[in-house]
Amino acid sequence: MNATRAAVVTELARRRSPAAAKEVITLQQHVIEIISDSGEGAQRCGQSVGSIAARMGNGVWTVEIIPAEIQPPARSVAGASGNRIRLGAGPVTNGGDEADLVIAFNEQVLLGRVRDGELKSGCVILLESMWREHRDSTIRAIYAHTVEKLVDDGYRVIEIPMETECLKHVADARKGKNMFALGMLCSIYSLDQDLGREQVAFALKKKSRKVIEANQRLLDAGFAWAEENLDLKYRIPSPKVTEPQIVVNGNTALALGVLASGMEICAMYPITPATSVSHYLSDVFEKVGGLVHQAEDEIAAVTFALGASYAGRCALTVTSGPGYSLKQEALGLAVMAEIPMVVINVQRGGPSTGQPTKAEQGDLLTVCYGSHGDAPKVVMAPSTIEDCFYSVVTARKIAETFNMVVVILSDASLATAQTPFTRPQFTEDWLAPPIDQSPVPKGAKPYDWDNSTGLFRRFVPGQPGGMHTVTGLAHDRSSRVAYDPANNEEGLRHRSLKLAALQKTLTTPPVFGDEEGDLLLIGWGSTRGAIEESVTRMRAEGHRVSSLHLTFLQPMPSGIGEIMRRFKHVMTIENNWSDRLGDALIDENNRRYSALAMMLRSRFLVDIDCWSESRGRPIKPGAICSELRSRLATGGDHA
Amino acid sequence: MTLSATHCLMRLYEEQHALEDYQGGVPRWCTGCGDNAILAAVQRLCRDEDLRPEKTVFVSGIGCSSRFPHYMKTYGFHGIHGRALPIAQGVKMARPDLQVFVNTGDGDCCSIGAAHWIHAIRYNMNMTMLLHDNQIYGLTKKQASPTSPIGTKSNTTPRGSYLDALNPLTVTLGVQNASFVAQAVDWIPEVLYEIISAAFHHKGFSFVRIIQRCPEFMPGEFEAWLNDTQRTMLLTHEDGLQPSAAIGRLYRNQLRHDPSDIDRAREIASNLDPVPVGILYRNPEIPCYDELRRAGTQRTPEMVQVGLESEFDKFTVWPEGQQPAA
Repeated sequence: MNATRAAVVTELARRRSPAAAKEVITLQQHVIEIISDSGEGAQRCGQSVGSIAARMGNGVWTVEIIPAEIQPPARSVAGASGNRIRLGAGPVTNGGDEADLVIAFNEQVLLGRVRDGELKSGCVILLESMWREHRDSTIRAIYAHTVEKLVDDGYRVIEIPMETECLKHVADARKGKNMFALGMLCSIYSLDQDLGREQVAFALKKKSRKVIEANQRLLDAGFAWAEENLDLKYRIPSPKVTEPQIVVNGNTALALGVLASGMEICAMYPITPATSVSHYLSDVFEKVGGLVHQAEDEIAAVTFALGASYAGRCALTVTSGPGYSLKQEALGLAVMAEIPMVVINVQRGGPSTGQPTKAEQGDLLTVCYGSHGDAPKVVMAPSTIEDCFYSVVTARKIAETFNMVVVILSDASLATAQTPFTRPQFTEDWLAPPIDQSPVPKGAKPYDWDNSTGLFRRFVPGQPGGMHTVTGLAHDRSSRVAYDPANNEEGLRHRSLKLAALQKTLTTPPVFGDEEGDLLLIGWGSTRGAIEESVTRMRAEGHRVSSLHLTFLQPMPSGIGEIMRRFKHVMTIENNWSDRLGDALIDENNRRYSALAMMLRSRFLVDIDCWSESRGRPIKPGAICSELRSRLATGGDHA
Repeated sequence: MTLSATHCLMRLYEEQHALEDYQGGVPRWCTGCGDNAILAAVQRLCRDEDLRPEKTVFVSGIGCSSRFPHYMKTYGFHGIHGRALPIAQGVKMARPDLQVFVNTGDGDCCSIGAAHWIHAIRYNMNMTMLLHDNQIYGLTKKQASPTSPIGTKSNTTPRGSYLDALNPLTVTLGVQNASFVAQAVDWIPEVLYEIISAAFHHKGFSFVRIIQRCPEFMPGEFEAWLNDTQRTMLLTHEDGLQPSAAIGRLYRNQLRHDPSDIDRAREIASNLDPVPVGILYRNPEIPCYDELRRAGTQRTPEMVQVGLESEFDKFTVWPEGQQPAA
């Protein structure tokens, strides 16, 4: 009965009249997912939708859906690979809530998304129908059963003979079904078909003309099929693009930042989800006189970078949590010897191997307080794709000005997300000055700390008269090994003072929403878009909620305490673990707070609450809203 | 341009260095420690080669050996345990104009830093590595090291060490791209100097294992070798070590060995007694990673701007009518 119902939907779709007669529904935003087995090209399809929409002026946020394995078994629930695309009439700052429309190449990968709660109830599902006629009776049965179940659950399933349609144009539908899907999406969302063809040519620019044309035919076929057979026609209004914009993901933005930052050497070791920074850099760094060194391990990567920095060319290393752990001893050395260095940590789910392809903000405390002894480091967290670019430029400058380690904390949410930002205007200020090779004044010492700021002029090899040995041992101003008590405290004091000196230059971050109210949300890093969207929604419902987002986590800028005092309640929203107060054993004596909440509580002595998720995916604005609503409903006990 | 005679003299004076120009802090090694002999040989080398102190960097890890840079009056980087090699590689990659030396010990190199040792051989970057091998952990007060002879009694092996010693020479010669492998002993200073000098002049990664006495924790370990010169086998060759007549008379156990013969080098490396001293292998033809990677790069702001703009172009979404012509 239900199977028939699904077939009926398809039948109805087929009989729809052509596009001209379709009602075009105007939307402010929509979340689309396209998912397939690994290797079927859903990711390319999704990215292309994003690029086309961005070129039309829409707000876009795309997020990759990545399985942990390179080639997970076909048709497996855990093997979903693809892309989530959120289109908006205005700027889009996050991946949004559950999906409104899904294209799936088989019902199993679709089930994975259903079970993860990623689909809006009743959403439209465009499903490849070839499995209904599959020669394997088990597959046929599973498919039919799944479709039946989905229809029962209220989803609008439209079965589409993608394979059959593609085979009319190419011999192997596996290569190109994604372009057919892209064509359908162009039709459904009224995207410019010419831009679509251009995008196909761009995405396949390394392929032959023949391949490009075949894919463009598939795009046209998908478009035509949807026009003739589907009753779905949306339009998301877009303001005209007025200035050039860059569309890249967070990792590419970081890599572009490296190109622009004046750094020349990146030493790394492969680790997900950080590696794509180095992939891109490896491709292009040499064009601007830089190089990527793939070291034998994480420790060699960080110490190689340290050696290069010591020798006068501030270098960086790129890693993720487990690699960061391995580097920490060397970072202690960098702190002690006061050698500038930039470390990018693209966080993933942890501890241990954790969830390598998934998002988490789990390393904040490690990078702020890790290594050994007192090892003050600068920690900053970009909160947008654009931030990823500029943060590297800023990090190199801070590292060299203060002779400090600067850690940039990105995460898997930003790493693979794409959204347009204004094309940066190159300035030579971004670049590093030439290496100082001038003679050192007579009597000058290698650690001539300024008594109030801890700053000093570092001597670099090649400078006559500056010869000294840097060491991880306690040392005096002449860099001589010195264990006496006064000397040890002098070194610690000056290394710590540099953080305060930097702190004095930071500006107070702006409050999003009113400057005062009932509840202040505080976040850091990749959660910014979701938090601010939830604030906007809550305010529209009449709640007095605002938010504050921190880019500098160590040191923190002044003024945060004053802002917090203007709100009745303060809580952090983070993508990491915090103990749940509902758990029987958890109370105020043992509750472990989220990382930022812990840091803020200890600094400001304010009873800051937290709400966090560690589901391996970006936090959804809707999830924040429902949490806030439920807290407000219970009298705001925890809010 | 011609320089006046005075100017020439002044320049000569400025550019000529004496031994004390390389002598840093007063060594705090134990009396009789073999490290002192290595320091003397290296300072002599610096003077003889007239290395500019500001253009010379000694990088070390942790251990007795690794205090070495503090006793030089050049630039130095006293790093962390086991990691001298990657630090030195970073220095060299960033600054090909610097002379880079690495001082490391048997614990530093052959134990905690073993991974870097193997890869450093393969990278074959232009630097000279001196392995101060005293066959014991000294700075942490007597624990067996990978090169301690089997049966060595130490604080962690009070009933004697259990395993056969690792042979740094065979390991090095077994790694792809090994380009200079030599062995010296601290108690024949003249030969030690000659070998370090040959290592310095080699293009690529020169690995010199220096068997070094530790009178504090391994007293008498090499007495037998000191007392019986027959137990030292000098490897001689016109392309290798050419001992002076005096040395030749004292050390009569000599083997003519062509350093380009890697198979023979591997056989010789396996000899523990008599201990081979000389250049086991040398191949200046092996490519150097630093030269492969930095060939011809000279960075200018224009180069960065052009490169960056062309990358931006790849990802730019242009407003209608603004897209520049291709």
